[in-house]
Amino acid sequence: MKKMTINKLFSVSVLALAITGCASDGVVSEDAATIDESQTQAVAASPAVDMVNNEDAQVSNPLLDQTTIYFGYDRAEILPEFKDVLNAHAKFLVANPQSSIVFEGHCDERGTIEYNLALGERRANTVKSYLIVQGVNPGQLNSVSFGEERPALFGSDETTWSKNRRAEIRYSSAQGQQQIGNNL
Amino acid sequence: MSLRYWCLAFILFSAFTRAELTIEITQGVASAIPIAVVPMRWQGQPLPEDVAEIIRNDLERSGHFAALAPDDMLSHPTSEADVYFRDWRLLKQDYLVVASIKAATKGQYQVRYQLFDVFNERELLAQTLSANKHQLRDVAHRISDAIYEQLTGIRGAFSTKIAYVTTNRTRSRFNLAIADSDGAREKVVLSSKYSIFSPSWSPDGKRLAYVLLEDSGSKVYVQDIATGDKQLVSAHKGINSAPAFSPDGNKLALVLSKDGNPEIYVVDLNTRHWLRVTNHYAIDTEPNWMPDGDHLLFTSGRSGNPQIYRVSLVSGFIERITFDGSYNARPRLAQDGRFLVMVHQSAKGEPFHIASMDLTRGLLQILTADTFLDESPSVSPNGVMVMYAAKYNKRSILAAVSVDGDVRFLVPSQSGDVREPAWGPYLD
Repeated sequence: MKKMTINKLFSVSVLALAITGCASDGVVSEDAATIDESQTQAVAASPAVDMVNNEDAQVSNPLLDQTTIYFGYDRAEILPEFKDVLNAHAKFLVANPQSSIVFEGHCDERGTIEYNLALGERRANTVKSYLIVQGVNPGQLNSVSFGEERPALFGSDETTWSKNRRAEIRYSSAQGQQQIGNNL
Repeated sequence: MSLRYWCLAFILFSAFTRAELTIEITQGVASAIPIAVVPMRWQGQPLPEDVAEIIRNDLERSGHFAALAPDDMLSHPTSEADVYFRDWRLLKQDYLVVASIKAATKGQYQVRYQLFDVFNERELLAQTLSANKHQLRDVAHRISDAIYEQLTGIRGAFSTKIAYVTTNRTRSRFNLAIADSDGAREKVVLSSKYSIFSPSWSPDGKRLAYVLLEDSGSKVYVQDIATGDKQLVSAHKGINSAPAFSPDGNKLALVLSKDGNPEIYVVDLNTRHWLRVTNHYAIDTEPNWMPDGDHLLFTSGRSGNPQIYRVSLVSGFIERITFDGSYNARPRLAQDGRFLVMVHQSAKGEPFHIASMDLTRGLLQILTADTFLDESPSVSPNGVMVMYAAKYNKRSILAAVSVDGDVRFLVPSQSGDVREPAWGPYLD
């Protein structure tokens, strides 16, 4: 069910890009960032995506379109596969000191609401610290935790949970948003 | 906006606001006491409440009583003069309740009841209570309380209230509601587009503290239930969460992360003096007061996974309480601190259930089994029952289990999800 929806969404957007001549920024959806072994990785590896990304490479770094990173169960450490994404955002923020971002920390529904609120903050703060180490001015970075209260997907299975254990990057200045483009 | 959408919105909204709760008993004790509560005689306009039925349901829900169905009774006596004890012995009833209801002056009713020991043919309780038509349900719960206490030696908690949060499936609307302990007479005290959680009663039952998770983050409010006045108590940078009233009602324990990570604080609600209680780089959260008012129980990740600790507010000394299991959180106490009740996961990958631990002997017992992702345990003020939230048939519902694990019931709602139960204090 979920798998179908995600894949469908993705192909629709790829199609839309093809039709409009790929005028917008890259199209790496959230799914490309998945740490889950499931179907979504096949989508991320599809040549269509690579082609689109290559075309846009001159305009902006497609990694910047990736604004969600995922975490292991009850963990707040940054997984190695998301470092490139965070490095890209760090580079952008260093180059655009007028831009600022908010990290939203989220959890899956397992465990208590209060412990998860704390864990979500820990995830957001880990990402924030990582960007500071990359040279971003702390004044450009904010964090907020939504715990398990704002899931990306509803459901009680491992695939859903892996999508909900996440930190989302939200650009708060208008210029930042414009340059980053709209994410799926 | 077309009319059609408004109609749809109205239907959805009304379906959601009538999230009234019902009760399904799933397990009682094998030795439940047989009791007959005879229907009350009443001549006049139909009454808004069936007092005898409410009493039967209260007693049944405790798990310790088996109430005889009115259809199985041989007679329906309404006073001692009409009682033939041998009939009730024949029906194997240990106890009998007969009652009558009379109209008194100015819309008032008088309810008189007697509780009999069938075997000894002896009256154990007799009382006359008066009420208007809105108070008939209160009278029924008070009679249940008196009968329960007379026969078990434990104070009844049927007259108490519960608070909980209802939400629609898309989580776009949250209602903080209070209701009778049987789920009846639901009243919404706060409706918000933001998530509401961790409701905590003041010891006098007049105020509720809770967390509102706004776009900018979590904030703690205290609301007067009667007036609806809500007061912002904590909006520091970072997390403001997990409020818990002190036993004297003057202080609030809560969690702030303004120092960089979540720490336990106590704020005096009168002087607004803040006291920092914990200082550790791990997560410290979910403070709960010990009855003495000098200690807090809390959840901490300092050992690598969540476990329960106790801290002295006098000396600052911290002691670890739980060792069994990979996840123990959200501590609550029952029976004057003899039992610790919590969310428990025995090992990684195992289900989350509610467990109790006898603090004098250190024994941990898992209480729940039929529900999934059990959380938010809250203990009745008489220390007998634990209400909690769980997943059941893909919905969030409330359920209850006795501290000894013998009695279980589900509290499904007609629509939407129900979460975060908080059992209120005795009101007198």
